[in-house]
Amino acid sequence: MSIVQKYAISGDDFSRAGEASSAIKNKLKQMGFSPEVIRNVSIAAYEGEINAVIHANGGEITVTVEPEAISIVISDTGGGIPDIGLAMQEGYTTASDNIRALGFGAGMGLPNMKKYADEFDIQSEVGKGTVITMKIYAKR
Amino acid sequence: MPDFLHSVLLDSDKCNGCINCLKRCPTEAVRIRRGKSVISDERCIDCGECIRACPAHAKTSVRDPLSAVENYRYKVALPHPSLYAQFNNLEDKSAVLGALIAYGFDYVYEVASAAEKVSEATRRLIREGEVSLPVISSACPSVTRLIRVRFPNLIPHISPLNAPEDIAAETAVRRTLRKTALRREDIGVFLIAPCPAKTTSVRAPIGLEKSEIDGVIAISDIFPKLPSLMKNVDAETLFMKTQPSDDAGRIGVSWGGTGGEAGGVLSDRCLSADGIENVIKVLSHLEDERFQNLEFIELSACPGGCLGGVLTIENPYIARVKLNALRKYLPVSGARLDGSEKKSLFWQGEIKYISAYSLSEDIGESTRLMGELEETLAKLPGLDCGCCGAPTCRAFAEDVIRGFKGGCIHPQRARA
Repeated sequence: MSIVQKYAISGDDFSRAGEASSAIKNKLKQMGFSPEVIRNVSIAAYEGEINAVIHANGGEITVTVEPEAISIVISDTGGGIPDIGLAMQEGYTTASDNIRALGFGAGMGLPNMKKYADEFDIQSEVGKGTVITMKIYAKR
Repeated sequence: MPDFLHSVLLDSDKCNGCINCLKRCPTEAVRIRRGKSVISDERCIDCGECIRACPAHAKTSVRDPLSAVENYRYKVALPHPSLYAQFNNLEDKSAVLGALIAYGFDYVYEVASAAEKVSEATRRLIREGEVSLPVISSACPSVTRLIRVRFPNLIPHISPLNAPEDIAAETAVRRTLRKTALRREDIGVFLIAPCPAKTTSVRAPIGLEKSEIDGVIAISDIFPKLPSLMKNVDAETLFMKTQPSDDAGRIGVSWGGTGGEAGGVLSDRCLSADGIENVIKVLSHLEDERFQNLEFIELSACPGGCLGGVLTIENPYIARVKLNALRKYLPVSGARLDGSEKKSLFWQGEIKYISAYSLSEDIGESTRLMGELEETLAKLPGLDCGCCGAPTCRAFAEDVIRGFKGGCIHPQRARA
């Protein structure tokens, strides 16, 4: 038994970023997952959502909820990441000054996703896009 | 456990089953069943939105009648600072304290004085690093109850300090017992309150075993009696029957409205939000750790803070102007912690998460139910009209999978 939910991430509207993670959070609360699991999913999904808005002009987030674990896949068809190792470093960012002035793009997105997810995988191809797959276990 | 005692009352005869309260309830606690409004005890946070929204005045709140004061030999009044903001051209709040004495109270202790002690204790907690930052104020009982049902991750951030009215009550009782030969049961301690949530927190306290407050009187009930009594008390009586040494200053009086409590923390890393929808947004962002470096968060369910409570009379924004004018000539703070409040300062209990929205205790089962819920929802028109008695199509779908037998009135608009 699993629930699959897909949300489009709108690239041109910053004010809507975070809508998908918020919807996911409310559902998980209703399903009785522990507060800690919900927080981890919510933060990981939010960071992914924001990244897709900032760097890839939007994308798609798919959340699969199973009693044992919650999987989050964030995919986009943006510019891709040339050096993933560098991108994974805390504080490294390619966000524009404009974005940074808004309080985003502090270079913590990917490191936070990795921190809050139990499994984390990133695949990226320059010119084609990026796919991030995360898994958060319901119990540990 | 009297955990789900509430202070919102429904007058069934007046309720015409409209959807105003249904749509306004921030926790989806209301349903319309058999033509009448029904509130879920588990979800209700006593915010008073339904009382405000009801055009038929069918929703009222529990409070004590003014006559309840007569049941006690010795009567103590604890005026909430929002009371001062109801008066026109009030230059000196001792006129209000005097009017309460002229009304028949034997002793008056300002909630604002206790508020200054809470501010001082909060500053100390933050300075000494004894709390998880940011600290969320526990002064608005509705916010505490909201966190308890909807934001479990934030429970550790709730300030461990009691609300000022409870500290005021404890101080007033202690001082009365010391200077008189009365027994506790002879003393009636009455909070003069701006909202019904305070009634709930007196009758079913979260952090205290039992509140020292014996009754709650609405500002809207007592205020009309006071203006004519304001000149009847001489200075000496006033001195004897109030606590001049704890006379509240700017910080305490400011607690009456939004921003006052945060101001009392004396830090620029404070956030204040009011209005229950705004509070929910802030808590939701806070839960996702989207704010950095905040020390203190003041949240009030009512627009304008306590000045906007449903038991006040004056428009909260006008009340704000009046409060500002009154503050002008006050010292920054009058009351200080003197060590005697120790017992009443901190919460004794801990707050437990109440999963009032959970579909099932078992995650496997709730996953199955969530699947059903989504399927049911997909067949509904998405109008969120409230005609079925649930606030949204989603809430209706949830009711259906929980066993509710009822239908959508728009079958022709339902999606194929």
